[in-house]
Amino acid sequence: MGLAMLLVIWLITIASTYFFVAKTWWLPVGASSAAGFIDGQFALTFVLMGIVFVTAQLALGYLAWRYREQPSSPAVNYSHGNVKLEVVWTALTTVLFIGLNLMGSRVWASQRFDPAGPGAVQVEVTGMQFAWYFRYPGPDGKFGGTSVKLMDPSAGGEAAVGLNTSDPAAKDDVVTGTMYLPVNREVDLSLRSVDVIHSFFVPSLRFKQDAVPGLNIHMHFTPTQIGEYEIACAELCGLGHYKMHGMVHVVSQEDYDKWLAAREAEKQ
Amino acid sequence: MATSVTPHAHAGPQGFIRKYIFSLDHKVIGIQYICLALTAVWVGMFLSLVMRIHLYWPNAVLPLVGEIKPEAYLSLLTMHGTIMVFFVLTTAPQGGFGNYFLPIQIGAPDMAFPVLNMLSFWTTFVAFVVMLAAFFVTGGAPLHGWTGYPPLSAVQQAGPGEGLGADLWITSIAIFCLASLMGALNFLTTTLDMRAKGMTMMRMPLTVWSWFITAILGLLAFGVLLSAGILLLLDRNLGTSFYVPLVVVNGQIMGHKGGSPLLWQHLFWFFGHPEVYIAILPGMGVTSQILSTFSRKPIFGYKAMVYAMLAIGFFGFMVWGHHMFMSGMSPYSAFAFSLLTMCIGVPSAIKTFNWLGTMLKARIRFQTPMLYAIGFVSLFVSGGLSGPFLAQPVLDIQLHDTYFVVGHFHLIMGVAAIFGMFAATYYWVPKMFGRMMNETWGRIHFFITLLGTYAIFMPMHYLGIAGGTRRYSQYTEVAYLQKLMPIHQFMTYAAIITIAAQFIFVINLFWSIFKGPKASDNPWESTTLEWTTATPPPHDNFGGVTPVVHNGPYEYGVPGAARDFVMQTDPAVGTAH
Repeated sequence: MGLAMLLVIWLITIASTYFFVAKTWWLPVGASSAAGFIDGQFALTFVLMGIVFVTAQLALGYLAWRYREQPSSPAVNYSHGNVKLEVVWTALTTVLFIGLNLMGSRVWASQRFDPAGPGAVQVEVTGMQFAWYFRYPGPDGKFGGTSVKLMDPSAGGEAAVGLNTSDPAAKDDVVTGTMYLPVNREVDLSLRSVDVIHSFFVPSLRFKQDAVPGLNIHMHFTPTQIGEYEIACAELCGLGHYKMHGMVHVVSQEDYDKWLAAREAEKQ
Repeated sequence: MATSVTPHAHAGPQGFIRKYIFSLDHKVIGIQYICLALTAVWVGMFLSLVMRIHLYWPNAVLPLVGEIKPEAYLSLLTMHGTIMVFFVLTTAPQGGFGNYFLPIQIGAPDMAFPVLNMLSFWTTFVAFVVMLAAFFVTGGAPLHGWTGYPPLSAVQQAGPGEGLGADLWITSIAIFCLASLMGALNFLTTTLDMRAKGMTMMRMPLTVWSWFITAILGLLAFGVLLSAGILLLLDRNLGTSFYVPLVVVNGQIMGHKGGSPLLWQHLFWFFGHPEVYIAILPGMGVTSQILSTFSRKPIFGYKAMVYAMLAIGFFGFMVWGHHMFMSGMSPYSAFAFSLLTMCIGVPSAIKTFNWLGTMLKARIRFQTPMLYAIGFVSLFVSGGLSGPFLAQPVLDIQLHDTYFVVGHFHLIMGVAAIFGMFAATYYWVPKMFGRMMNETWGRIHFFITLLGTYAIFMPMHYLGIAGGTRRYSQYTEVAYLQKLMPIHQFMTYAAIITIAAQFIFVINLFWSIFKGPKASDNPWESTTLEWTTATPPPHDNFGGVTPVVHNGPYEYGVPGAARDFVMQTDPAVGTAH
């Protein structure tokens, strides 16, 4: 039975570890400036926890087999523990966990403590059951007013976010169902929701943030690779949660300008 | 504090109803809790089976269940989580095994408040009935997940199931909170005031410590959830705005304004995180007890084990914000919550080292309880080590609300806690019913369940790393999620096999209770007080005798002793902790 225990625990350990190490399923391509930091911290945590995981499981299986009761087993080591050892592993794990935490916190601070710099691309993201809308302020650089009284989700577009078209600042606002961003420019996102909590999750951009009704949450990131990236809602928002998806198109500055100009032209 | 045990206050009842239904005997009440949890776990497991089948074959029409619409899937998910967390993980380890064995292990004739004990069971029972009723009302069970985040859970128009079903859901949880508060008071008072002579705190079995600390957590946590639930009911039915700001649902302006959805999250997780430890601490206790017994060695570092559990309970109240790193909470507070969460890793590691230390230079007997205790340690390590990933807000950017989280908490508070219950069942059924369980079927059940649960929950981590979002009724609408379908399909197969294997357990349990070989008073050669009394224990637990304790709980392999274990009631061996 001791041998069976050893074999099963080792098998589980090796099989689990194999798929992590082989990266059969792994982080998607990292297409934002944060991806390097986040993936680095992930890799560090992964290696450290992986070592502890493999060591502890192999030891568990080994101890079960090595100290199985046999007629020839010596008397047990009558011991109530060892204070010195307790102190050693308490100190070691404290250093490990706190150290890991402090390194991770540095990355977190770099992502979330400072607001977006000047000149960032302004985009307002609005979540509602079950769609994402993206609003660009247009040439004036100012978002026009919105009002809940004007919201009509069934109409889509400007009406869905309740754009107040009589506001001069709203005249050049562009509202779309697909997000376009210029590559290598910082994006200043303003996240809001009109009904329940949604979460704006773009795995390839290493970006996630809940959109909470009543709050206007500012976040920033910088896409670094041209491409199309999927948005998946990451907070349970109702029966259509599974299909509340969208697309981010990261394009060259030139294509972005063209796209935005075409949207402005459509509006006139 | 420990006073001599007074003669049993009430005589054994004779009538069927007083003896088996409205019983005041903690042992009967413990078995009632276990029966309730056993019913609930089959309901919860059936719901998960339907979910897994639906994820593999989204268009399948199932017998009994029919076609599963997205809202029905979310109802299954909500009820699975709620039933498992409250009526299984909270009910069986504490209300069930704790109720039965805490008084016996400290040498008391019953709980401190037998009537309160009966009341807390029947209140839990009512809560369960109200919870199940949510399935049968118009609109069905709620779809807001077991965490019930408003505004989804607070606005009736936000989805099907958010009408009467959601009201029943919250009401049931509120009733459950009341029951748990009563139970916690009883456990605390009993532990502090009813210990036999010589049963000092530092001679209590680690099981008793775990139930005691769990009761402290319950007392502090359930009150908060109760209040939060009442506020949610007010928001839903009386038009208050604790949690709901001005929102527009389906183009309609709702009548709320100024509320904060984050307030619910703070209150809920202030309960929700300690709840994780309410589920797992008794498992730690019973694992320690069984590892020591079947290793024939004293537990390694008894005091460290006690302090570690206290530390886990203490830190458990200061980390609720780690569920909210992506919620819009201040990024500065994430800093503190993250650091405090990492601190919990330290006592958890101490416990693991001590379990391994207990097995070192031991003589391990591999009966089924021991298999499950070793399985618990393995699962505790696996489920625990994904914690430091999720404790870092910067990694939550990728991992929050993905299957990585689902894998993490299922391994540790789900499967590990259930392995604790299996260990407890195989270990204590002989004492409770006077019959041994079948060893061969116990071993078969163990190996299928261990491999099966790993096969279900380990792949969830791969899914999560790849960005696999949770709580989706199907993974057909997003291209990158479709590519992850093979993992879901594998997990579905694993779930079907593992769930099928649980019939082995139930059949073994009921067959053994009635037909198993007779158990002696101390079949495992254990040391704690429940093994000093008759099997099954008499109504007053010790048959008029008052146990006096001279030893610590885990005196195995004492050099020079007549046999390889020294009972707590034996003359002192002189090596106090």
